[in-house]
Amino acid sequence: MAGCKNCGQCDPASKKMKDFKRVVALAGNSNVGKSAIFNQLTGVDQIIGNWPGKTVERAEGLLHHKGLRIKIIDLPGIYSFSTYSMEEIVSRDFIALEKPDIVVNVIDASALERNLFFTLQLIELGVPMVIALNQVDLMEKKGLSIDAKKLEEILGVSVVTTVAIKGIGINRLTEIIIDAIENKKLPNKIKYGQEIEQRLEKLIAVLGNVNTGYPSRWTGIKLIEKDSEIRSLFEKADPNVPIFADSLADEIEKIHGEPSGIVITGERYHVADMIAHKVFRDIMPGMKKRTLTETLDNIALHPVLGYVTAIMVIGGLLVWTFLIGARVSDFIQNFLTAIEQYEPVITGTIQNIIWNGAFTGFVAGVTLIIPYVIPFYLILAFIEDSGYLTRISFMLDRGMHKLGLHGKAVIPLILGYGCNVPAIYSCRIMETQKQKTLLAYLVTLIPCTARTIVILGLVATFVSIWWGMALYVFDILLIIVVGRIAFKVMPGESVGLIIEMADYHVPSLNVILKQTWARTKSLIIIVFPAYIIGSAVVQALYAFGALTPINNALMPLTVWWLGLPAVSGILLIFGIVRKEMTLLTLAVIFHTTNFGSIMTPVQLIVLALVSMIYIPCLANILAMASEFGWRKATAVTIAESGTAIMIGGIAFRLLSLFM
Amino acid sequence: MVQCVEKVYFLCPTFHNLNNLGYPKYIYTWTVFNLGSDSMPSAQVEEYLKTIYDIAGKKGVARTTEIAKCLKISPASVTEAIQHMAKKGLVVYAPYKGAALTKEGLIIAIKIKRKHRLLEVFLTDTLHIDEKKAHAEACKMEHDISDETENALCKILNAPARCPHGSHISYCTMFVGTCDECNGATSSRKRRANDGSIVPITDLEPCEKGRIKFLRGDKKIVQRLSDLGLTLHTEVKLLRKAPMNGPIEICVRRTNLAIAREIADNIFVNMSR
Repeated sequence: MAGCKNCGQCDPASKKMKDFKRVVALAGNSNVGKSAIFNQLTGVDQIIGNWPGKTVERAEGLLHHKGLRIKIIDLPGIYSFSTYSMEEIVSRDFIALEKPDIVVNVIDASALERNLFFTLQLIELGVPMVIALNQVDLMEKKGLSIDAKKLEEILGVSVVTTVAIKGIGINRLTEIIIDAIENKKLPNKIKYGQEIEQRLEKLIAVLGNVNTGYPSRWTGIKLIEKDSEIRSLFEKADPNVPIFADSLADEIEKIHGEPSGIVITGERYHVADMIAHKVFRDIMPGMKKRTLTETLDNIALHPVLGYVTAIMVIGGLLVWTFLIGARVSDFIQNFLTAIEQYEPVITGTIQNIIWNGAFTGFVAGVTLIIPYVIPFYLILAFIEDSGYLTRISFMLDRGMHKLGLHGKAVIPLILGYGCNVPAIYSCRIMETQKQKTLLAYLVTLIPCTARTIVILGLVATFVSIWWGMALYVFDILLIIVVGRIAFKVMPGESVGLIIEMADYHVPSLNVILKQTWARTKSLIIIVFPAYIIGSAVVQALYAFGALTPINNALMPLTVWWLGLPAVSGILLIFGIVRKEMTLLTLAVIFHTTNFGSIMTPVQLIVLALVSMIYIPCLANILAMASEFGWRKATAVTIAESGTAIMIGGIAFRLLSLFM
Repeated sequence: MVQCVEKVYFLCPTFHNLNNLGYPKYIYTWTVFNLGSDSMPSAQVEEYLKTIYDIAGKKGVARTTEIAKCLKISPASVTEAIQHMAKKGLVVYAPYKGAALTKEGLIIAIKIKRKHRLLEVFLTDTLHIDEKKAHAEACKMEHDISDETENALCKILNAPARCPHGSHISYCTMFVGTCDECNGATSSRKRRANDGSIVPITDLEPCEKGRIKFLRGDKKIVQRLSDLGLTLHTEVKLLRKAPMNGPIEICVRRTNLAIAREIADNIFVNMSR
């Protein structure tokens, strides 16, 4: 464990001998506590990134144990090794081709059959493995009990029972992992029905000529399942193999009257059912009373109350964030102002301006992330970990359909209210590339905390709170309209919602902190540098006089079309770096924070509206580019700027009629 | 197929010592005498076809020696029997290679397998006879029961998916696509059976249960659903439906899943009453 790092008890010589990297992969379904086990094993040594070239998250950590350093890879939570999603392909390629020393299969004991279904597929891959039978406490609450020894016997691999969120069984698991790395014990071969095994044997016999890197039994099964990826591997190497495999698959289809993939799935489930049947020790009657989940779901998924609850929870989340945030933000600002002036300086020596730019960028980052974003994500992680967010997905699925998305899209959209950057990264949870891109685009339109500050500071304070609310509502309407158009225009496929409704549970502090940290980390990596460097550069440009011509060039747009003061050219340019900079710069230029005295209500609304919609901030563009490439990032930037200008101009004209 | 007109059914009492289980002393089984056959009783033909199917599958070739070993008969008599069956068009026989099933032979073999497995389920689940014994019994009874009995068994057992040993029970050999149609073995039942016992899962009311009969739709989605445990013949329970044609929540294999309505509409279940 992490604590062993500095114990110094190990002999330095032996430590050196043992000090090479072993790789252990964690694999299992979603919602089985895989991440909790990952966190327990690795402590703080974690690297969260992407799989090369894929929009799939890759989590990597180090397990230190008695001088051994073991690399732990947390594979994405999946149900199968088909090609339904990128996660499945990434996972199977990692296990089959990069051959980790062992695979730790994390199993949710309370849903044993479905988890064993996945275990069987790992066994097909023929990798050395151990099993962590997790969430045994939940299972016991459901009145079930599993004979771990028996399971060990049947599968031929070590089985450890754990309650990962409480850290129970982790030490034992660590020992078993170390043991397994030494022994590399392979699981027992599990046979399927005779009609399949016979054909599989024939198929494997002809596979020998082509080396795919994948194990032959697994390849054979995949060929019979007509797996497109594996087929295409063979089509190049030996086109006779897929033809033969198809003939075998057709035979199986004839026997069962179902597609071969379904037949094999059925076989696996059948075996899983039989194993489960053997290892379930006893089902205590009377324990199966109404669970807390059922009671809560009767409210959370109620046709009327469900929506009320959802609105209350999300609304409450936002309100709370800003109630807490405003106070903390004031405190930090006061503290930092004592060190250095944090308002943008646009006159003076160049060094001063650049330094001031960098410093204001830093302050802005701190006063945004600490008071607003972190509390927001903490509360959100709490809601998410409790299991409630999936209920919101369920309730709002229908609405999301209109945008070509589905219920799961709710999560990035809500995250976006904190900061768009982690929200863009979280679009990975969608299944198809089209849905990922579409969702990320809509996320960039969500008023994040920075934009909310602008709306609050300009409109809610100096026009009225209702106009501030109206802007929020307008933004949601805009997202719906834009989403519908983009859904129609964008090529690619959309799939519907299929999501597991896990039981509610008391959130674990550990998970909440990790989740918040994982999201905040992307802010620190992308938002902070973008703020600091961007602010310095923009201010330097201004000092060189480069911005004044731009300002003048933008006059027709800002003054004539949008009806704003001439300086708003600079405001909007500064706003590209960070949206709330609009507010600060305005204060500096006019030497006042009473914006009501320098602009008309219409101008305030139009300015807030335009800053809300136009170019997503620099950090946002960078995040888009890293996830979806520069082409899409540019397209989104242009589309949003165009929309903002168009809507701003129309709003100016309409509002001028009656304000 | 073996010509039905050539068959005469006799009702024969068979002795079974089932008194201790509370079942009647006599169990009447349909015994078929195939009058058209000159030297081989139909039961024997069926046993051969079944064995070839077991050894070689649908298209493969079963060697005479293998068949002989399986049936514990001398290879010479196997050859003789197979030649006889080849004449009837049930198998294709090539000397020194073995026998392969023809289409007619295959149909009989699959049907016998189905009867065998259904009987096994009936004997173990309903009559609580132990698995080994059930297999031996079923081996004898399979040749004797009529198609009508086969269907009745299938229905009373709730169309089981597998025999006690885990092998798949094939769809009934009647030319129907669903059990719904199959239920109409007699005309009076036909009407009741057609009143839509197979429905999309979205037609269920909360707390109603059903067994999955078909998964229709895009291959990827069907695969995904099966991966999540929605395999054929699995029991599912509808928990709730979201308003405005939103997703439905179901319980399958002790986990709850939310599924979009348009996907769920393609999941057909047989309502369990």
